[in-house]
Amino acid sequence: MPIAHVMASGMGGIRTAGDLVARMQMKGMRLKEAKKYVAERLKIDPIDLANEEVMREIREDLDIGIITGVPGCAKGMDAKVRIANLLEIEINCVEKMKTKTGLM
Amino acid sequence: MKKYLTRMGDGSRVEMTKEELLRDFELGSKDAAGRGKIPELTSEDYDKLLEIFTSPFRIVAVEPGNEIVMTDDAGQMRLNTDQMNSGISIMIDPTVSNMVHERCFCCDTVTLGHVDYSFKPIKPIVSTYQVMYETMSQNLIAPVFFGAMPNLGTYYYPDGPCGNPSDLFQAGKLDEARKAQEDAMEFAIKDGTFIAEKLDEIGCDGFNLDTVGAAGDADVLASLRTVEYIKKNTKLSVEVGMAGEFILGMHGGLEYKGTRLAGLYPHQQVKLFEEAGCDIFGPVVNTNSGKSMPWNIARAVTFIKACSEAANIPIHPNVGMGVGGVPVCEVPPIDCVTRASKAIAEIAKADGL
Repeated sequence: MPIAHVMASGMGGIRTAGDLVARMQMKGMRLKEAKKYVAERLKIDPIDLANEEVMREIREDLDIGIITGVPGCAKGMDAKVRIANLLEIEINCVEKMKTKTGLM
Repeated sequence: MKKYLTRMGDGSRVEMTKEELLRDFELGSKDAAGRGKIPELTSEDYDKLLEIFTSPFRIVAVEPGNEIVMTDDAGQMRLNTDQMNSGISIMIDPTVSNMVHERCFCCDTVTLGHVDYSFKPIKPIVSTYQVMYETMSQNLIAPVFFGAMPNLGTYYYPDGPCGNPSDLFQAGKLDEARKAQEDAMEFAIKDGTFIAEKLDEIGCDGFNLDTVGAAGDADVLASLRTVEYIKKNTKLSVEVGMAGEFILGMHGGLEYKGTRLAGLYPHQQVKLFEEAGCDIFGPVVNTNSGKSMPWNIARAVTFIKACSEAANIPIHPNVGMGVGGVPVCEVPPIDCVTRASKAIAEIAKADGL
């Protein structure tokens, strides 16, 4: 059933910019505001946030994690460090990693 | 006269004319408006619903640009548990399950949860979930919530230390029944905040308090106070998903900051959770299996539209089996799920599901 919702009305997760908009909503931003914020950071029109053709290239260029398995591209925590910088937000697990590794 | 294929609230197929669809939209909306004392849907809303329900296609979807964000409650258990959690019994590791949710199902967020999902059984083994979360966090890009429910029922006799309110009410011991709920509430807050602190220690993204209010108004007050504590003492984001459309007055006398909890509907509930510091609110509208899906979806849209208009935080309505305009059946038909999805996104203006 979640797949039905994802296909009918979902943003598409890391296929597109769904995870990025979700991160802003988790800070209490409503949909329109969260989409605007992320679109400005990505320098795209909000309608392209769920456009796979646009977002696949942007995600690879910014190295913030892509859905396909490409050697050398940021994955997992690496991608989240870059997302935190891109969106100018604190991501809890990234902050934890910085503390554990002595980077902060 | 042309008839359109739709379903009843139990999932069984029915055919309805355009006039019958419109009649049920209006009756469903009026029912919600009357109960919640909120506005009925507008003629534009009915036109949009008619467009959705007369679409000849099995699957409908939002227009480009109208996509919304997905959060969920069952999380990784959707794959590796049994029917109890709507699981499909593919016995894979929770981290791999959530990687499948992220990369195959394209979920915007994922969730880790204990199979029982209640605060009480999680507390003694939370370290297991801490290390599980740490592994997940290293491998996933999408935000990972931890999901759990206060479930005051687990604190009542014979499962817990507090008296059983149902038995006490039946024995006419009203004060004792209320006291038992107040005691259980304190246990739930203690367990919920303990779990939250442990999640904060490992850099968890967020805590999804789910099925809030399942045991009535004391369950809701326990959640409000747990949310308050989490927001004051941790960095966790908080999502709250409700159990039902209005708060059951099992206690009847409980208040949060001067507002009596019993009987509150989604547009009133969201204001209290906003005040507690909640980041995302998940309203519920129950499905009536004896009414048609046009009736149920119009009713759900009416409640959720009012909630969305009242809210300052994102709302992610529950649109699963038996709620949010989805039929009460174990494998919800995709035609109903996508119609509910589109109606709630585009007419009710939800921020997510």
